[in-house]
Amino acid sequence: MSILVDKNTCLLVQGITGREGTFHTEQMVQYGTRVVAGVTPGRGGQEACGAPVFNTVAHAVQETAANVSIIFVPGPFAPDAIVEAVDAGIPFVVCISEHIPVQDMLRVYHYVHIKGARLQGPNCPGLISPGKAKVGIMAGDIHIPGPVGVVSRSGTLTYEVVSHLTGAGVGQSTVIGIGGDPVIGTGFIDVLRMFEADPETEAVVMIGEIGGTDEEEAAAFIKEHMTKPVVGFIAGRTAPPEKRMGHAGAIVSGGIGTADSKIAALQAAGVDVADFPREAALLAAERIGR
Amino acid sequence: MKIHEYQAKELLAQYGLPIPSGQMATTPEEARAAAAEIGGTVVVKAQVLVGGRGKAGGVKLAATPAEAAEKAAAILGMDIKGITVQRVLVAQAVDIASEIYLGVILDRAAKAITIMASAEGGVEIEEVARETPEKIHRVHVHPLAGFADYQGRQLAFAIGIPNDLSRSFAGIVRTLVQALTENDGELVEINPLVITEDGSLQCIDAKINLDDNALYRHKPLAELRDHDEEEPAEQAAREAGLSFVKLDGTIGCVVNGAGLAMATMDTIKLSGGSPANFLDIGGGARAESVADALRIILDDENVKAILFNIFGGITRCDEVARGIVSALPSLSRQVPMVVRLVGTNQAEGRAILQEAGLVAADTMQAASQEVVRVATA
Repeated sequence: MSILVDKNTCLLVQGITGREGTFHTEQMVQYGTRVVAGVTPGRGGQEACGAPVFNTVAHAVQETAANVSIIFVPGPFAPDAIVEAVDAGIPFVVCISEHIPVQDMLRVYHYVHIKGARLQGPNCPGLISPGKAKVGIMAGDIHIPGPVGVVSRSGTLTYEVVSHLTGAGVGQSTVIGIGGDPVIGTGFIDVLRMFEADPETEAVVMIGEIGGTDEEEAAAFIKEHMTKPVVGFIAGRTAPPEKRMGHAGAIVSGGIGTADSKIAALQAAGVDVADFPREAALLAAERIGR
Repeated sequence: MKIHEYQAKELLAQYGLPIPSGQMATTPEEARAAAAEIGGTVVVKAQVLVGGRGKAGGVKLAATPAEAAEKAAAILGMDIKGITVQRVLVAQAVDIASEIYLGVILDRAAKAITIMASAEGGVEIEEVARETPEKIHRVHVHPLAGFADYQGRQLAFAIGIPNDLSRSFAGIVRTLVQALTENDGELVEINPLVITEDGSLQCIDAKINLDDNALYRHKPLAELRDHDEEEPAEQAAREAGLSFVKLDGTIGCVVNGAGLAMATMDTIKLSGGSPANFLDIGGGARAESVADALRIILDDENVKAILFNIFGGITRCDEVARGIVSALPSLSRQVPMVVRLVGTNQAEGRAILQEAGLVAADTMQAASQEVVRVATA
């Protein structure tokens, strides 16, 4: 088992003919992900990366078994792409695009929810269930299948932790990057709940960073609902206040969102918080008896 | 992006909000002329994008045009938290009976537009939130439903606005939500909104922060960016398409990915050093980005050593290594560099680095310890 994507995933790529879209679709196909369709308005009838291209998501859904969509279109067009996917009945949409205006995301967030669909991202690396499906832009070969679930707001920092898990011989059930924006479709709590319910996942590594209060809320959830061990890491202890650290959501503002507050909340919930990314991987290995 | 008070007030005045008349001035002479035109007592206010200007002496009353010129002369050129004051706002002074806080924000936690109001205006809202959180009243505007007029009335009654002013207060609330929505604001704040001695509402100070991601659809607002108040290194980095924040340490950092960049800074600190910057050069770590990054970092004379931490993943390490090496000849000065490079073709990448005499490290911690050692040696 794993969460959200697996061997049954039939992937649709929105923006498949763009530079990023084509490159990463090739990588996903190479990993073994079943890419069943692409969408680029005006390119319907063509083929890209071995998949048929459609003008609209609705047409792609009609003609193929697509059940997950990944979005590579530029930020200003991404909210439209998300709504199109959800309107076409895609239950799970992964938005890689960054630089989406927050106000647009607020509307889209609620719309997706009303439609009963799930959005991951935006501004995220996607997700991978090692050995089953890669729906994202991470390097597939650093991952191996196994019992640790990883959830993170960051991309390369996640690869760092995963490479140490793999190096220690500890595989991953699913690795999911929820995104670095202030408003994201799927948060820590959503993923923790799924990992808790997933029989294959034995422990979880949660990688947070400064900004907002999602980690604090996740800590409360962990204390209340998680029976599986959770190991944490928080990036940005040395970040100055009122400065945006790369990610739109990574900002300590008005005293809210400090690393100290998040670390304290997680520790109070019984989470081992690592000082270094490598230590997070080793603690997780230890918690499952490796 | 932040804009100045006078710019925020100009924007909000277009929506018909009650704002005392005022003019921006860059010289004492202009301030004198502005005060003469406005008439009566004016307040001369430093225009800087940092808080605490009142405490720093950047806000002064002036009874006559001559006095306005004198106060402007004192404030212009003043240093407030490292920013030199280049402009003042000369605004009509108002007799204040009471001060209210009113702010509208894009609220990430509530996934809504949140309106905050408090009868404790005039002080920083963070302070009220810390000391007396029960005095801040909030309502959430659902992004799909939009603002409902009852929400403005509800806030008016919650903070004890006199009955005869509740309608105009609710109108101001509606207008602020509209201004935030139409201009893609992250924050639109009136602090204080005052009730004057003669019983009207006036917006005495205004603050607007804009969503950087939405500036593409607000070209006139994007042009309001004040380059004078930007850290020169941060401005250079932004123009080069790099995500950069200047810090006051001695170890420059070149990292791909924001989370890894923060973790690298933290690891340097835990290894006994201090980071000189946050820098995310992006996924590809292209040669020109590396060259731009090194140039900007080395302009900071505090920098004694540089740490590269590149987790390539799909990115090919040999390409990144060539990028680093090709940037070296153009550098203004030499400092020790430690490179940690992981990903596709990492062996080839390391060989290229070693040939160029750069120290390659295996892990983040080893690289941090090494760079701290060479920076303090």
